[in-house]
Amino acid sequence: MRLSEHAYQTVSALRGPLLFLEQTFAARIGELVTIISPEGRRMDGEVLKVDGGQVLIQVYGETQGLDCERTLVVLQDTVKQAPLGDGVLGRVFDGSFVPRDQLPMFIPERWAPISGAPMNPVAREHPEEMIETGISCIDGLNTLVKGQKLPIFSCAGLPARELTDQLLSQARLPGGGPFVVVFVAVGLTHFEYTYYRETLAGMEDRFVAFVNLADDPVVERLLAPRLGLTVAEDLGFRCGMDVLVIMADMTNYCDALREIATAREELPGRRGYPGHMYSDLASLYERAGRVHGRSGSVTILPVVTMPEDDITHPIPDLTGYITEGQIVLSRELHQKGIFPPVDVLPSLSRLMQNGIGPGQTRDDHRDLVNRLYRAYAKGCDLRRLEAVVGRDGMLEEDRKILDFADRFEADFVHQGDQRRSIDGTLDCGKQLLADFGLLS
Amino acid sequence: MKGRIVSISGATIRADLAGAKVGDRVYVGTARLTGEVVRLERDMATIQVFEEVRGLGVGEPVVSAGGPLAVSLGPGLLGGIFDGLQRPLTVLRSQGGDFMQSGQDSFPMDRTTEYRFETECRPGDEVQTGDPLGWVMEGHIRHPVLSPVGGRISKIHAGLATLETPLVHFKAGDAVKLWHAWPVRQPRPRKTRQVPGVPLVTGQRCLDFLFPLLKGGVAIVPGGFGTGKTVLEQSIAKFADVDVVVYVGCGERGNEMAGLLDEFGDLRDQKSGRPLAERTIIVANTSNMPVAARESSIFTAVTMAEYYRDMGLDVLLLADSLSRWAEALREISSALEEMPGEDGYPTYLGSRLANFIERAGVVETTTGAQGSLTMILAVSPPGADFAEPVTQSCLRVAGTLWILDTRLAHRRHFPAVDWTQSYSLYSEHAASHFADRHTGWGGVRDRCRDLLQREESLREVAEVVGMEGLQERDRLLMEMAERIRLDFLCQNSFTEDAFSSPQATVERITRLIEEYDRALGQLDTGATLEEVLREAKDATF
Repeated sequence: MRLSEHAYQTVSALRGPLLFLEQTFAARIGELVTIISPEGRRMDGEVLKVDGGQVLIQVYGETQGLDCERTLVVLQDTVKQAPLGDGVLGRVFDGSFVPRDQLPMFIPERWAPISGAPMNPVAREHPEEMIETGISCIDGLNTLVKGQKLPIFSCAGLPARELTDQLLSQARLPGGGPFVVVFVAVGLTHFEYTYYRETLAGMEDRFVAFVNLADDPVVERLLAPRLGLTVAEDLGFRCGMDVLVIMADMTNYCDALREIATAREELPGRRGYPGHMYSDLASLYERAGRVHGRSGSVTILPVVTMPEDDITHPIPDLTGYITEGQIVLSRELHQKGIFPPVDVLPSLSRLMQNGIGPGQTRDDHRDLVNRLYRAYAKGCDLRRLEAVVGRDGMLEEDRKILDFADRFEADFVHQGDQRRSIDGTLDCGKQLLADFGLLS
Repeated sequence: MKGRIVSISGATIRADLAGAKVGDRVYVGTARLTGEVVRLERDMATIQVFEEVRGLGVGEPVVSAGGPLAVSLGPGLLGGIFDGLQRPLTVLRSQGGDFMQSGQDSFPMDRTTEYRFETECRPGDEVQTGDPLGWVMEGHIRHPVLSPVGGRISKIHAGLATLETPLVHFKAGDAVKLWHAWPVRQPRPRKTRQVPGVPLVTGQRCLDFLFPLLKGGVAIVPGGFGTGKTVLEQSIAKFADVDVVVYVGCGERGNEMAGLLDEFGDLRDQKSGRPLAERTIIVANTSNMPVAARESSIFTAVTMAEYYRDMGLDVLLLADSLSRWAEALREISSALEEMPGEDGYPTYLGSRLANFIERAGVVETTTGAQGSLTMILAVSPPGADFAEPVTQSCLRVAGTLWILDTRLAHRRHFPAVDWTQSYSLYSEHAASHFADRHTGWGGVRDRCRDLLQREESLREVAEVVGMEGLQERDRLLMEMAERIRLDFLCQNSFTEDAFSSPQATVERITRLIEEYDRALGQLDTGATLEEVLREAKDATF
């Protein structure tokens, strides 16, 4: 511990979001710094590297207007912390925790480091209680459970925003109970933000939002998810609430990561993304979970836009390796006018096994899912055959399955802006199976 | 040896530490974080830190532990859950809370548990290095206590002893305890290596029957995300016919580890009827825990596995996933500014991997017993592209390849083992072993393979002409191959069906093949395909 903060005017270089400082004394890695520009503008930064008296600082903000002579850098002898308290509820902040809703800053009750600490694996409780999103393809077929991390893989041009919007306002616990949504928007366009703002306005104090707009500082894209998760952990594990964190769009986060890594002259990996992207994403997503002996939970629903619709692109690929399943949206279904256009076959929730069935949802849940899945998968296989040999060349039984696949998309997957309870979802599926004689 | 931190860049620090050796364990900073010396330039040591470095400052002290990174070995490891540095996670939680803190340290075994030390030695006996001095029992496992030195015994402590009780005193002044430390990167000694010959029964029909693994062999399991690597590995961890299982969760999901811990607490070992946890050691280094400890975790695990192998036991090491280990290696290498090889991985990826994998095998231990160490290693190739360096490096040293296929997984065909591309170099060894016990094993296996192969080629034809366009015999083959896929190759890990004994496996496939032959016969005697199929469908399982 140092006894006082240290102020320096020894900036040696400025490069992109990076600042080099000389002749410092006992700097710490990860230490928070305050940078004051010649005009008196203040912003935060973090120590990335210390070499003797030389320090490399990442600036959280715009480096334009900084110089080497008059810029003042203050080492704060603490790590970056987030202000916490009940006052965050119902508020909208930017990527630096500054209010975006024209209201004064709330008075923090406590502070916590934004990087969090890894949960001890033996302290983890296995997720097994469902969260009802109101979307049949998620609730019924790929159930989301408390403490899970389940991404939505979208493509450019698909209605990911509309789906996110619905999830924001519709998600709740099937049995009721304290439930809060933390909305983290990364690199959001002003156009999209106007829609979200409306949705958030209707949510009273059941949300906290961190919005980094597309023209905000890039470095804040790395901060926003961490601020959101620190707040979520506080509300979840300390205050005992069930928290759903929706992060859109994590592709912008990864691009920001690449931008910063390149500025640091790190060795680029696949497609220029840094080699530590897996660990970095894991340090966010692994903060989802439940803890033995505590009542709350943190659930994460990231939205990822797959560049070039390619699921093997490093961003969706690494995300898929960390998260517990994925919800994949399909361009084909979207063109058929189906909303939400969830591609059922590649979608998966790894943790649903324990979250459904007797004592959780309904006794027939698992059986219905298996039947729906099997029939629809067969239908999709047969469609390929149909394209070659034509409908007339097919067996009677196969033609029936083809019809089922069409009806399944039109009645079960498609639901427009209507919210379905889990019972409604299961009834809908059951009816469909009954209509085609697939129940016995 | 003491020094001071000169520079910090991520988890790599440099300190002036005169007299340090490469590989030495060091304590870094006032928080005493664990690190390892990876490079030396005169008195300047480059140190890889295994814990979160946030808050570390230049000028803080660095102290050498005086030896390489090592694990403690002794009775009481079974049932334990450790991190990549062998720190007991349950103890860390009770000391430091639900979230991990840096600088915590704890002994991996319980120092208060008492074991009954039995010995046939007497004071005055002359022993050589490696001679057995006595033994204690951990559950049903006998831990021999071997002499680390040679000399004349002066005093013996018989009866109840804790880990720290001096058991045998030597005239020269040395005393032997129940536990000892062993460097993780150094294979434990053995008398000779032997040729594997006994199959390891995984309980998975598809694997045991088509692509068997031998005790002492190595299997690698590459698969894209969502193909069921983890479920398959955990299922094998539960049912494999071995004495001890070491499971390494290396850079994987925390919730999966939680699920594993829950299940292992409830389940019982089929062979001994005791709780599964009692034969299992878990090393958990989840993806958000420090990267360098992820690199060391597989060496920590394999050293503990070798310790039990040396008692003449069959040990299985499961790692999930080796790709995360390789990525940790890559991150460390890049922080050291080493010249990158393919895909940014260091050029020593292959040799480091071989150092680890070659520790598997059947051995005659120093005491003359026969023990085996088998490895099943999951690989997560980026974009499910098997041409990447980690998969390819593994292929060079592994004997069995179980490829998990994304398309099968999407059809919910689990285990999603691709039967056209997977292989086992141990097939014939295993077949000759099984054929002695289960009649017809080899013949049925060839028929089954042939059927699946022919289905594959017929499917291509059917895609063009449609099922209607196929001959009746071919349509029958397609139908029967589908039944083999659904009723034989598919296996649900969440039901009773999760384990299938070799006997049950061979019976099931024999029945299916016989049915196919009968149906073929009926077709030849003039029955229509519809009749034959209806009858086959009615034959219940």
